[in-house]
Amino acid sequence: MQTSGSLRPIVIPGEAVGGPGLKPGPGTYSEDGKLFAAQLGIRNEQDGLVSVIPLSGRYIPKRGDALIGEVVDLGPSHWLVDINSPYPAPLHATESPWRVEFGDTARYLKVGDVIMCHVLSVDEIKRVQLTMQDREARRLSGGIVMEVSPTKVPRVIGKEGSMISLISEMTGCRIYVGQNGRIWLDGDDRDTAIAAMAIRLIEDRAQAVGLTETVRDLIERAKRETGGPGPS
Amino acid sequence: MEDIEHIEKGMKLIGPDGRRLDGRKSDELRPVRIEAGVLRRADGSAYMEWGGNKVLAAVYGPREAHPRHLQDPARALVQCRYNMAPFSVSDRKRPGPDRRSVEISKVISEAFSSVVFKEQFPRTSVDIFIEVLQADAGTRCAGLTAASVALADAGVPMRDLLASCASGKIDGVVCLDLNKEEDNFGDADCPMAIVPRTGEIVLLQMDGHLTYDEFQKAMELSIGAAHRLYEIQRDALRRRYSVTLEDILKESPPDSGAIGPESEPAPPSEDDFGPEGM
Repeated sequence: MQTSGSLRPIVIPGEAVGGPGLKPGPGTYSEDGKLFAAQLGIRNEQDGLVSVIPLSGRYIPKRGDALIGEVVDLGPSHWLVDINSPYPAPLHATESPWRVEFGDTARYLKVGDVIMCHVLSVDEIKRVQLTMQDREARRLSGGIVMEVSPTKVPRVIGKEGSMISLISEMTGCRIYVGQNGRIWLDGDDRDTAIAAMAIRLIEDRAQAVGLTETVRDLIERAKRETGGPGPS
Repeated sequence: MEDIEHIEKGMKLIGPDGRRLDGRKSDELRPVRIEAGVLRRADGSAYMEWGGNKVLAAVYGPREAHPRHLQDPARALVQCRYNMAPFSVSDRKRPGPDRRSVEISKVISEAFSSVVFKEQFPRTSVDIFIEVLQADAGTRCAGLTAASVALADAGVPMRDLLASCASGKIDGVVCLDLNKEEDNFGDADCPMAIVPRTGEIVLLQMDGHLTYDEFQKAMELSIGAAHRLYEIQRDALRRRYSVTLEDILKESPPDSGAIGPESEPAPPSEDDFGPEGM
């Protein structure tokens, strides 16, 4: 406990995380000039800003986030998209990449379709608007969608996308990671299964050091055991 | 009713050595054990054994509040359901909410309302479910203590964990943490909950009568016990999340370069995605 404590101390809500002179960042609050953790997580200090990186919790939409959503309802000029957060998210027809006639939304996206989109705006009362006006935004066909905890998404992506490109290169899968914890994988069955296994490993061991190597080993072993080199 | 009144007079709850029926001293707690993260489907959960009490707490949310008219555009709702299983007491309890459990649900949700940062999640609700599997007096305190561990496990932002304990009077002596017999045949029972860091009182109830001095003494005992419970709660959470920490030590020597602080996910549009298609 002691050694691991010094390595990455876990803080519990109400625990003191800093004195005066430090600024409260996300996951913290200040009272009488002192800072306390508001969430269960790992303490992080950068340039006098103390924050707590949460270990669990729901996805709260932020402007510009890339998401994977599922269409759950249709309106005459919008789609309602489930983005795995407490808030319903409408995608207006004018924000889609197509020219949609009023009342003709069902021709482009149906209930159950999975899309890649971005958060256009979030207001003070957390009304969310989505957009698909982006090079990457599209309707995803084929492949599978898996869900991980949204707090683990940065680990799945890795530094500057290192982790995800490793998995993607080694398995030959196409992978999209949404900030809301949904991950879309497309490749042949065996490769998709290996990639999904690697992502589950990252989720389970999100705090571990040397994760990249562990993941590389896992994929190599899985490929050997299932016979033959991958198609990549 | 008359019968119980009669037994009360005759029954000795404290022996000549000052010990109670179960051998505890007047300021002693029953054994407590908490485990965090026991349920798969809930966002956060905890299981607690406190003497003869067995309580399960689950937390969902923040999630969309239903029905819609209950939503508050400025803050989250904190809703709680305290429920006793039909088999939790010796006479089968009729299932479903009754006057008592509705009251307990209300006071517990109000207690949590005061520590959760509700303004961060407008229009949502945080739902707390407390299921009493086995009851042995003090279930509201056990439920509340377990629920605050579940709430932290769910990653809900809050000012502090809550800790709760009851004190009462038996045979004219103020005692900590009454059990079933002491509660039934004692003179008074006074559950309370505090924010341990600040000492704020977020729940206070009393059944029976205490004088001012007895009440002061009871509160003093309860507050001391609440701080001990607070440590047990924190320990339960640390144990739950240190599994991954032990893995670190096993896997490789600390190497901070491999994984920097993850606070900043890489800027979205470019780095969130693997190379698309290959």
